[in-house]
Amino acid sequence: MEASAAEFPANVQKALADPHLQYALTETGPRFIAKRAKAREALPEFDRLRDQARDIKDHVLAHLDLYLERYEAKVIATGGQVHWASSAEEARAAILAICKRVKAKIVTKGKSMISEEIDLNHALEAAGHTPVETDLGEYLIQLRNERPSHIIAPAVHLTRDQIEADFRKAHTHLDPNRDLREIPVLVEEARQVLRQKYFDADVGVTGANFLIAETGTSIIVTNEGNGDLTQLLPRVHIVIASIEKIVPTLEDASTILRVLARSATGQDFANYTTLSTGPKRAGDPDGPEEYHVVILDNGRSTVLGTEFQDMLRCIKCGACLNHCPVFQAVGGHAYGSVYPGPIGSVVTPALIGIEKARHLPNASTFCGRCEEVCPMRIPLPKMLRHWREKEFEKHLTPASVRSGLSLWAFFARRPKLYHFGTRLAARILSHLGRDKGRLSSLPLASGWARYRDFPAPQGKTFQHMWKERRR
Amino acid sequence: MSPRELILTRIKSRIAKGDDAARAAAVDARLSRHAANLIPARGQGDIEHRIRVFTGMMLAVGGTVELLDDIDDVPEAVAAYLRQGNLPAHIRRGADAKLAELPWRRVAAVEVAEGRAVDSDKASLTRAFAGVAESGTIIQLSGPDNPTTLNFLPEAHIVVLEAENLHGSYEEAWTRLRQHLGEAVMPRTVNMISGPSRTGDIEQTIVRPAHGPKHMHVIIVRG
Repeated sequence: MEASAAEFPANVQKALADPHLQYALTETGPRFIAKRAKAREALPEFDRLRDQARDIKDHVLAHLDLYLERYEAKVIATGGQVHWASSAEEARAAILAICKRVKAKIVTKGKSMISEEIDLNHALEAAGHTPVETDLGEYLIQLRNERPSHIIAPAVHLTRDQIEADFRKAHTHLDPNRDLREIPVLVEEARQVLRQKYFDADVGVTGANFLIAETGTSIIVTNEGNGDLTQLLPRVHIVIASIEKIVPTLEDASTILRVLARSATGQDFANYTTLSTGPKRAGDPDGPEEYHVVILDNGRSTVLGTEFQDMLRCIKCGACLNHCPVFQAVGGHAYGSVYPGPIGSVVTPALIGIEKARHLPNASTFCGRCEEVCPMRIPLPKMLRHWREKEFEKHLTPASVRSGLSLWAFFARRPKLYHFGTRLAARILSHLGRDKGRLSSLPLASGWARYRDFPAPQGKTFQHMWKERRR
Repeated sequence: MSPRELILTRIKSRIAKGDDAARAAAVDARLSRHAANLIPARGQGDIEHRIRVFTGMMLAVGGTVELLDDIDDVPEAVAAYLRQGNLPAHIRRGADAKLAELPWRRVAAVEVAEGRAVDSDKASLTRAFAGVAESGTIIQLSGPDNPTTLNFLPEAHIVVLEAENLHGSYEEAWTRLRQHLGEAVMPRTVNMISGPSRTGDIEQTIVRPAHGPKHMHVIIVRG
């Protein structure tokens, strides 16, 4: 995973100054929030389903070795093959070996974050195969050689004008004077261009939203139908999934499916939820002849049994991104990692190390909305705090922050001095802002005040007012 | 150590508490019991309720629903649907005996082809294994009776759903699937489909279709 997470502050500056990105974020960002709220409203059991979904995954994580063994046995019994990969490199090697053996030219791909995590497309290209992303959003960013900027809406950072320009550049076999101003026309063009690829492909690669231990089944959830054509028409179907995708039974999958689409797009259920078990059976007129599952660890198992274990409950719905004020201001690319947003800021340090990702846990206002909307009730702010502690312990925090914190700690441990100091500061700030009730510049916080005014204190501290009320 | 051993050993060393036999027993009990979790009330009710909820959900996502009392009226309904949609008088279906036995002679103008879908097929007809009211979902099993390509390649997908197979929840369909095929046995593919293909990937504007069918028409047969 090539990550520029270390350059987060510079990435943010770029993102804030990008008019296309800012347009895309302000136009489309809030829509996700309204859709989810509506879906939640319409299902009175929603929050209780979230509790159960959390409990299912907690149970799985406590027995993960056993469930993986049961799952593997079932895949093999139904004629599939399982490939274990402890690292991204091993996962790529397993997939490339299959593609080489069947002499694959075109490899169609359904949407998969694991594919991004192991950077599969570049590996396929380097080995002489032609990867073709078939999810519309993934196709759009493949044309631009970009990373997804959102877990479920990979091209949410693009505007239709940019897409029109990309299509004119890429689809040179079509009339250069064609009208591409409307979104449905763009979608139809992508449908036409990709249609033949499904038939021409030798291998289809998909991710998995769930792996069912009971039956040896993998599940994909899509709206476009691209994932289905990807896994249905070529002679080989390869599934890439990480170890924590396991659920015990069909019933458990059903429970989590009920919260997945509602949290992601606000749909009651995705258009296509597809359960695949083994290759096609004797007498089946369609379906792949080979079915492979690549199970990836890539650092996840080291999180088990630690204060970070809960992150493995994540079902990649993207709700925490949609509700995050930081993500909505800077978009996904600024995070410089495959997984952006609050969940990305928790996962990325585990994948690439806190040394390289130390900015990400700090990219949070701790407003708590991510945890509020997480269908799997992952305590994201708590985990971001744990990473900040690790950062501090490892002396990765810059000297200015460390000395600032020490200074604060000095006062915080001396309540009388602290109260005196805050009372004094409140009075001074109140006096300075007496005309407008706001302060447009602040000592020691000029960066913060450049974009907004600081409300002037009323003259009394919180502690002071608290005391007065108690009397 | 192979990657498999490495991963499993690492996991076990971090989570295994208590004795191995008890852990294995807990896992195997859960798998064989496959107990249902909370089932939303929305889909629960008599058949009229289930038809009403299913229809509402399917219409909301851009599908269409038609009600018939007699399965023998399906050929005429198919012919009318193709005509109204300006589609060629040609339908592709699988080897499903119930669909094969329908009185197709009543609509002699409609050409009925059997087998998996080909790229040029404009319309397909399948028989659903089950319907689920709570989200307006149909469930299809792969195989010669209803090949999976019929669900995805043609522009219009027509589905026959017998009312007795329209359940309230997914869990009821899984129970029937186990009765039908056996414990923990699955066909190659189970498709849960809720409406025609769509995408929201450009500026979050919903467009139908993306890569799958443009139309989905469910014929519910009370019979």
